[in-house]
Amino acid sequence: MRLEIGNIMIKDIQFASKTEVKASTLYIDKDALISAVSGDDRLKSIDVELVRPGESVRITPVKDVVEPRVKVSGGGGIFPGFLSKVDTVGEGRTHVLKGAAVVTTGKIVGFQEGIVDMTGPGADYTPFSKTLNVVVIAEPKEGIKQHEHEEAVRMVGFKAAKYLGEAGRDVEPDSVDVYETKPIFESAQTYPNLPKVAYVYMLQTQGLLHDTYVYGVDAKKIIPTLLYPTEVMDGAVVSGNCVSACDKNPTYVHLNNPVIHDLYKLHGVEYNFVGVIITNENVYLADKERSSNWTAKLAEYLGLDGVIISEEGFGNPDTDLIMNCKKITAKGIKTVILTDEYAGRDGASQSLADSDPSGDACVTGGNANMTIVLPKLDRLIGHVEVVDVIAGGFDGSLRADGSIEVEIQAITGATSEVGFNKMTAKTY
Amino acid sequence: MAKARVVHYINQFFAGIGGEEKADIKPQVLSDLPPISVQLNKLLGEDAEIVSCVVCGDSYFNENLDQAKTEVLALIKTTNPEFVIAGPAFNAGRYGMACGTVVQMVEKELSIKAITAMYEENPGVDVFKKDILIVRTSDSAAGMRKALPAVAKFALKCIAGETLLEPDVEGYIPRGLRVNAFTEERGSMRAVRMLVQKLKGETFKTEYPMPAFDRVPANPAVADITKAKIAIVTSGGIVPKHNPDRIESSSASKYGKYSIAGFDAISEADHETAHGGYDPVYANLDPNRVIPVDVLRDMEKSGEIGSLFDYFYTTVGNGTSVANSVKYAAEIAKDLLANNVDAVILTST
Repeated sequence: MRLEIGNIMIKDIQFASKTEVKASTLYIDKDALISAVSGDDRLKSIDVELVRPGESVRITPVKDVVEPRVKVSGGGGIFPGFLSKVDTVGEGRTHVLKGAAVVTTGKIVGFQEGIVDMTGPGADYTPFSKTLNVVVIAEPKEGIKQHEHEEAVRMVGFKAAKYLGEAGRDVEPDSVDVYETKPIFESAQTYPNLPKVAYVYMLQTQGLLHDTYVYGVDAKKIIPTLLYPTEVMDGAVVSGNCVSACDKNPTYVHLNNPVIHDLYKLHGVEYNFVGVIITNENVYLADKERSSNWTAKLAEYLGLDGVIISEEGFGNPDTDLIMNCKKITAKGIKTVILTDEYAGRDGASQSLADSDPSGDACVTGGNANMTIVLPKLDRLIGHVEVVDVIAGGFDGSLRADGSIEVEIQAITGATSEVGFNKMTAKTY
Repeated sequence: MAKARVVHYINQFFAGIGGEEKADIKPQVLSDLPPISVQLNKLLGEDAEIVSCVVCGDSYFNENLDQAKTEVLALIKTTNPEFVIAGPAFNAGRYGMACGTVVQMVEKELSIKAITAMYEENPGVDVFKKDILIVRTSDSAAGMRKALPAVAKFALKCIAGETLLEPDVEGYIPRGLRVNAFTEERGSMRAVRMLVQKLKGETFKTEYPMPAFDRVPANPAVADITKAKIAIVTSGGIVPKHNPDRIESSSASKYGKYSIAGFDAISEADHETAHGGYDPVYANLDPNRVIPVDVLRDMEKSGEIGSLFDYFYTTVGNGTSVANSVKYAAEIAKDLLANNVDAVILTST
């Protein structure tokens, strides 16, 4: 499967009378955008604001971040199972409005939504302080259930990204990256002397607003299976999560999964990157056992020599991470695990809820419990009063002077467990 | 700028007062600085000065903890210091415990910064490393020539209030605190590089060492203790009189297996302790206090246990490395199985 990603570099975003990309600027017809994402009678109002890096803006509670993409050629369409039919994606060409992002906010859905600061110390911790953000503010009607609220806002984000992505359909990309993964036997023949590696991609599926979808299927209900890496780039995997903001994977991060992109970098040189095993993180023990048995079985079946395993979330999923690591290692396959830490505000506690000697190669996104003071910013989008109750916040987080003190857990993407961020933790 | 006033805390041995026989001396201030303090003072140079040396016997400190703490604190306070250095204690367990206690107490009670120095396996490290700064030293006073300059350099850095770099760089024992840091490369690329290293069999450095506890699940209860053959294994150093195999009093390089066949009890006449880490008086007077041969014989006679195995296994736990302990345990366990022993009583001191 071969996919060309055409990157259309976006350097500014502006409201205009027509939605289009011209000279690296994304012009947005605000009314047309709102009309494109409207129609869900569970939502009371939808508004859009534009935010740029360096501006004195705080967005909270951030639910999801989505990258505008459009499928130019190849089968299927973007976000299969949601906005497109369930045709297999990952082939042909996809255009990306690189540098732009849709950020969804509005009244809080769950407790675990994030903060994005576009400037100041908080900006260093979130990747989305560096993107040009089209902030969609979706307010729910009174009385709707939280899971309905979540679904409604999730769909608004996807629709906005699809609508904006369409503007890039006929634009000549600034650069084209090609990603190709061959069928397994062909791949093994192409690189007979290289070790075979795969990516074990753990998806957050603890349920109750902790969900991820694959081709429209709730990933709680899958058993581990295989994807071509490029399928992910067309939106085969999307977020439906209200998990702690620091280490959940927003849809933007799924689309740009850094483990997939970085595994491609040395593919054919140091190893043969043969594909992606997706698995889940269900809360029942039988599910954990079954899924980790299956990841190990698939890893063995593919004849792998090594895997990178990434976690999503913490605590309960730590056990899934360790079970995957242990069982895959027991098959004689080398493992590297990607996680983050909850070592307490003082950093003195044990960082994971589970551990095993087989996890001897671990990359960490940092300690999510570290606290930070975020100064008052000029403009607030969303509902800042939620910082007292979101995960990582605490009673008194919001101070009288407008500054807030929170754990970095509350900052969207701060301790990414797919390694999207440039942070680690060291022992002092 | 005036020199920072520093108090040096040491034990009776490094003060030149005496060894184990003087370990019970009470806290006191030495009127003249002992050679170790003089040397340390020289190394501190222009920015700091040792204004007094407080000494306390290791036994006294550990056996009269509350009183010793009060007394030592009072002595340190009289000279109105700005900084306290305790040790180095190398691998001396009770000295390490005293140094750790002093540093922690000074920081808490007097709000004065303090440091100590130890070998990483000193029991004081495990107890105090989370709370205090401990400079890494070798395991014995033979490492003094390297230890003192390291202590002085580190002390000066702390006195100046400089931000400490990573433990490996600064030479102190990690406190186990996880501190965030930004990196050049994103996490995913670091994972890819680590995987390549692991695939090639190269050395790689994990970013978070898994806490790997050597957990030994307890065996199920002995089904019928009245039929069980029971053995004694100890790290308390009990050996036949005159220590025939010369098991070391610290950092034991071996263990012994000795017969107790025919003994109704062991006594001062035939057994003693080789252990150098505790006051041996009471163990030597009645070695059954460490390995309860007398009680087990009684129970054997009354039928409360099946039998007492003819041999006991012994080593000295004092300063003995975990790696060696694991090795001895594996060998002993094998021998126990070969002799059909059903249960073991483990004693320490």
